[in-house]
Amino acid sequence: MSGKPRLHVPQPPARPGEAPDFSYVEISEAGSVDRPDVNARARDIENLAYDMVRVLDEQHTALGPWHPHLEADELIVALRFMLLTRRFDDRMLRAQRQGKISFYVQCRGEEAVAVAQTLASDPGDMLFPSYRTQGAQIARGRSVVDLMCQCLSNSKDMCKGRQLPTMYHWKRGNIFSVSGNLATQYPQAVGWAMAAAIKGEDDIAQAWIGEGSTAEADFHHALTFAAVYNAPVILNVVNNQWAISTFQGYAGGERRPFSARGLGYGVASIRVDGNDFLAVYAVTKWAADRARQGFGPTLIEQVTYRAAAHSTSDDPARYRPKDEVQQWPLGDPIERLKSHLITEGVWSEEQHAALDAEIIEQIDEGWTEALSYGSMTHGPFLDKSELFEDVFADMPTHLILQREKLRRTREEEI
Amino acid sequence: MARMNMIQALNSAMDVMLARDESTVIIGEDVGYFGGVFRCTDGLQRKHGEHRVLDAPIAEGGIVGSAIGMAVNGLRPIAEIQFADYIYPGYDQIVSEVARLRYRTAGDFYAPLTIRTPCGGGIRGGQTHSQSPEAIFAHVSGLKVVMPSNPFDAKGLLISAIEDDDPVIFFEPKRIYNGPFDGDPDKPAVPWTTHEKGEVPEDYYSLPIGRANIVRGGDDLTIVTYGTMVHVAEAAAERVGADAEIIDIRTMAPLDVGTIVTSVRKTGHCIVVHEATGFSGFGAEIVATVQQECFYHLEAPITRVCGWDTPYPHAFEWEYFPGQKRVAAAIRDVLEAA
Ligand SMILES: Cc1ncc(C[n+]2csc(CCOP(=O)(O)OP(=O)(O)O)c2C)c(N)n1
Repeated sequence: MSGKPRLHVPQPPARPGEAPDFSYVEISEAGSVDRPDVNARARDIENLAYDMVRVLDEQHTALGPWHPHLEADELIVALRFMLLTRRFDDRMLRAQRQGKISFYVQCRGEEAVAVAQTLASDPGDMLFPSYRTQGAQIARGRSVVDLMCQCLSNSKDMCKGRQLPTMYHWKRGNIFSVSGNLATQYPQAVGWAMAAAIKGEDDIAQAWIGEGSTAEADFHHALTFAAVYNAPVILNVVNNQWAISTFQGYAGGERRPFSARGLGYGVASIRVDGNDFLAVYAVTKWAADRARQGFGPTLIEQVTYRAAAHSTSDDPARYRPKDEVQQWPLGDPIERLKSHLITEGVWSEEQHAALDAEIIEQIDEGWTEALSYGSMTHGPFLDKSELFEDVFADMPTHLILQREKLRRTREEEI
Repeated sequence: MARMNMIQALNSAMDVMLARDESTVIIGEDVGYFGGVFRCTDGLQRKHGEHRVLDAPIAEGGIVGSAIGMAVNGLRPIAEIQFADYIYPGYDQIVSEVARLRYRTAGDFYAPLTIRTPCGGGIRGGQTHSQSPEAIFAHVSGLKVVMPSNPFDAKGLLISAIEDDDPVIFFEPKRIYNGPFDGDPDKPAVPWTTHEKGEVPEDYYSLPIGRANIVRGGDDLTIVTYGTMVHVAEAAAERVGADAEIIDIRTMAPLDVGTIVTSVRKTGHCIVVHEATGFSGFGAEIVATVQQECFYHLEAPITRVCGWDTPYPHAFEWEYFPGQKRVAAAIRDVLEAA
């Protein structure tokens, strides 16, 4: 072997037509990872960035120091939110296929992440979601009709027709606006948390990005600022293995887990089974307590799998094996929580089917109501002059004139 | 000659250059195995190898910065930014670095870099898949800025961009990737096969950067435009029955002032049309030039038709987009003002 430099080109374990292979995913035994005190020094708990916190074992039993010991009814609420998220996605996907909405992004297979992490937050905590964090809206109790109206850009759209579907926000629910520009929310969440610390308030911030987006400079800005100012923030990397067509190796995942990125900054870092609701909930609670008690930021990597297409604009069969999802070693988050509840004797297949039917009915009713507020093709429509509102707090003269010009052009016959 | 849409023409330009010049490389998000989200690099990695067509981490600053480094070290990188709306993390590397490298080193270092990026709206992409930011690049000394309006020009200009020893920002109006668009979203889409500029040589050819194209001759007024709006302007002129001379500038920087000035001196009327927001838009540069060079030939004030000065909205796409009606109204106003 000569010692010449040679460009390395990361290769995913399998491409279409090849056998899926997830042997690269290092998985710890459920219950095997220690749970340190929330005031532990980041450098004393570096193993958490390499191990994988898991609570549910293969028999669906919860065990180990991270077991959050939630009540059965709390878990059933969580199950409901995850299922609601999935059925909402199903409905919106269908709406896009039918041409009712222009675009959609599902979070299939990743529902535990946003739902568990939102349930582990306090209502005053500010959430900075990505376009795949719809579960946060659901788990904070947002009506599905509101979300549907946004996707429809109709007369009740919270964004007044200005944003692509899925780019929600919720001022009252403390959920920030989703941006189409990747990773921008990361340093913003840190700044929000810095402001809370400056004001002496207890609220913390939480942000989500995909593993692919950790390549953006904003990811690194966020970690630097979080570390420098010891900001009360939880920074989540949702590693769903794929960023459109590029596998996680293209963001550097071949060398170290994404959680380990935090170590260089001196930030407490945890790697967790992202499809294990209980584990995700437990590590988020730990990080929230740590932040709230003044011990600073935590970076959490959720190891999960993007079970659906990236968005309605792509076809994953072009770049990954079709049956990859069946081989994913961490299973499905809804199935796993459901099986756990059944194992615990507090849930049954019949109850689950009934819940699912109820949710589907809720979604269908919501959809009918949302459509009654219009869509981009059927009224009622938003007032077209909305186009010029909210560029500034006060509309400057040139926009007033442009608004008038648009009105005139629309009326004139040319 | 072959029938090509703009995607195929761009692909062909890169294919030809990868084959002709082994220093040519491509880097960008999803451009390798997948062939790009708009499929512009489809098949190129398979054909030319994994060291020539590189998938990139999601970091536009990294893509531009590393492409500059490759260019300084003898390669001719073509960097793809997936949408022009996502170019801003790379803006510092473009403005502060590659644009001035030749100047600040008195010509000792330079970077033959092409940055391709889809721009413009009309695809229901909302504010993060619809922007036309050409003016903020044309404003920067040291950058060449190109935007073709058809497959034939796209291939010839992209080859020139790749061969150019200076950095070129190459905007691709994605609304016309698959066919010309006259501004009427309700009409069925027309493919490039119906258009003479969909005839594209399969082999090497180039078109000079900095040369405008007179799309159609006319005596009554001059419409100066580029990109998707070339087709909208043609349709609007027809709608009003105006004998308009339509100039597709094709490159914003350097600007072909001569072609514009000759035309306006002949017609005495001028309209500038672009999709980007009007305020401080590239149209202002054209208007200033025409005003200075053609003042004594003008019979009416020069008018601009542009996107409104708001972010690009999702639902109000066709209110925002400067469609046929607005261009037609401007033509009529300018002709009646005389
Ligand atoms: C700054 C920026 N660059 C590129 C894009 C285009 N883009 C949208 S989503 C995406 C992939 C993101 O992957 P990842 O961060 O892993 O998140 P996931 O979609 O898998 O949840 C890309 C490249 C963008 N939206 N913004």
